[in-house]
Amino acid sequence: MFRFIVRRLLQMVLAFFGTTLIVYALMFAGQGDPIQALAGERPVTAAQRAYLTEKYHLDATGIGGFFYRYFDYISNLLRGDLGESLTGRSIGDILAAAWPVTIRLALIAIAVAVIFGVTAGVLAGIRRASIFDNATLLLTLLVLGIPTIVLAPLAQYFLGVKWQVFPPTAGADPDFFALLLPGIVLGSLSLATALRLTRTSVAENLRADYVRTARSKGLPNRRVVSVHVLRNSLIPVITFLGVEVGNLMSGAIITEGVFNIPGVGFNLFRGIRTEDGPLVVGIVSVLVVVYLVSNLVVDVLYAVLDPRIRYE
Amino acid sequence: MSDFETVAASENQAARRGPSGEPGTPNQVGRPRKPRSLAGDAWRDLRRKPIFWISLTLVLLVTAMAAVPGLFTSNDPADCVLSRQHAPPSGGAIFGYDFQGCDTYARAVYGARASLLVGALSALFTGLIALVVGMVAGYFGGWVDAVLSRVIDIVLGIPLLLAAIVLLKRIGSDSATVRVAAVIFVLAVLGWTTAARVVRSSVITAREQDYVAAARMLGAGNGRIMWRHILPNALAPAIVVLTIALGSFIAAEATLSFLGIGLREPTISWGIEINNGRVHMRESATPLVVPSTFLALTVLAFIMLGDAIRDAFDPKLR
Repeated sequence: MFRFIVRRLLQMVLAFFGTTLIVYALMFAGQGDPIQALAGERPVTAAQRAYLTEKYHLDATGIGGFFYRYFDYISNLLRGDLGESLTGRSIGDILAAAWPVTIRLALIAIAVAVIFGVTAGVLAGIRRASIFDNATLLLTLLVLGIPTIVLAPLAQYFLGVKWQVFPPTAGADPDFFALLLPGIVLGSLSLATALRLTRTSVAENLRADYVRTARSKGLPNRRVVSVHVLRNSLIPVITFLGVEVGNLMSGAIITEGVFNIPGVGFNLFRGIRTEDGPLVVGIVSVLVVVYLVSNLVVDVLYAVLDPRIRYE
Repeated sequence: MSDFETVAASENQAARRGPSGEPGTPNQVGRPRKPRSLAGDAWRDLRRKPIFWISLTLVLLVTAMAAVPGLFTSNDPADCVLSRQHAPPSGGAIFGYDFQGCDTYARAVYGARASLLVGALSALFTGLIALVVGMVAGYFGGWVDAVLSRVIDIVLGIPLLLAAIVLLKRIGSDSATVRVAAVIFVLAVLGWTTAARVVRSSVITAREQDYVAAARMLGAGNGRIMWRHILPNALAPAIVVLTIALGSFIAAEATLSFLGIGLREPTISWGIEINNGRVHMRESATPLVVPSTFLALTVLAFIMLGDAIRDAFDPKLR
């Protein structure tokens, strides 16, 4: 177990440097004028130019200069200093204000996925090939196949604008009700995947020997399913949901953008729209780290939950 | 968007994890007593599925739309007159006009070309990278496999949308060809890993077969064995994965264009249309609903087609 964690950590360190190097190289290096690239299509004043040259050590040249600047960027990133956006706000402050909203949204989405996805998945797995099973399969295929850029605006239009069931946008300080519709939209994808995973794994475990043993001991069906089958079937689902929490923290760009939720994804969305280079790089760097760490946690969790799994 | 791949991958793992982690490739099945091939079985299975026929029809329809858009509408999608803003249906414009006074239906029809082009070419390049990497890793094994597998792990660990944002922000050009090429490049570079893993595991299975040993004893070199004996085995599962990937590439292209970093006007793309329709949806919803429906149906068709073929070729599910 210990060896596995150490190996996994080393792998993550490698992935961390690999991805940040790629992000950094693409954003800042190997181009004609890094300062102009940072500023996008906006004009740069002489004072800003001098300041940025000083700040990013752009006067050092060659490969050595590149790595010097890269390690500068890495050490700033590790110290939590993400710099300032082009509008002069500290990116750390922007993120500090945005995280709570994003986390609330992600929790709603995960709750939706667990409550509906896992329940329906267990039912579909028990009654395989029934009408309920086929209907949920088709429905989840539909949900998986419809991109968020279709689902989010349409949900906003029909449920928010036309029938006015939910508020169409969230606004500055959203309450639970305002986040509910975006949470459902965001969670529908995870719901569909969780449902399918639960269904496959329940159906597989129902055929296992220990289930036959439990039945032949005379245990009631309810106990067989709720204790024996469910406990074993939920391992892949839990891992999936773990990965999904990481994804949701980092990935609600479209949903937050469409519903005007002032979370992390929304700030990234706005950064892209307004050509705010430093804001985009800052947020993407942090999100990559969040993504890597959540993947690591899930892998370790997987090994803890399922003793059969040993990555040796 | 990468959700599709995660789903496909997790489902694959869940459904296919055998004792040694190999996928249940068709070729492992012992020869059935009936003289029918696996492909024959799969075809019999597919023929009876309405979902296969529905998705195949949709795929062919969209392909025709991309190749000859003139068959579906006689209106020019670039013919936009502001005085017709949000005008009701008239003439050939069966869904009326959008905010700029363009024919909503014509723009949705002409949008198929960019989507399908990007989807198909990304899937093609993805397939090529996946085949080369998967074949080399699976066939040679050892340290080559170890290195390539770590590379796959790292690329798989990069979130697709975030990386695409970083990569595409570097493209300053507004030329349509450059942007299409850039989107294809980005999707191919980031999207090949799932397919490469599938190829790798089917190559590992095929490598141990008796006929490969026989070929080697007859003096066949590595190149010949890989090309003639192993590639055909790796091809079928790869094509299935790529069909599903094609659907998600189309969705990815639309998402990037929606964000304003993929394709740009004057290229007609469903993602751009959806974004434009979204802004003015309070005045008129059809310019939002029509391209949304086109995009959703196309993506669904490819995913359902790939899903149906995978089910048909997976003997475990039968």
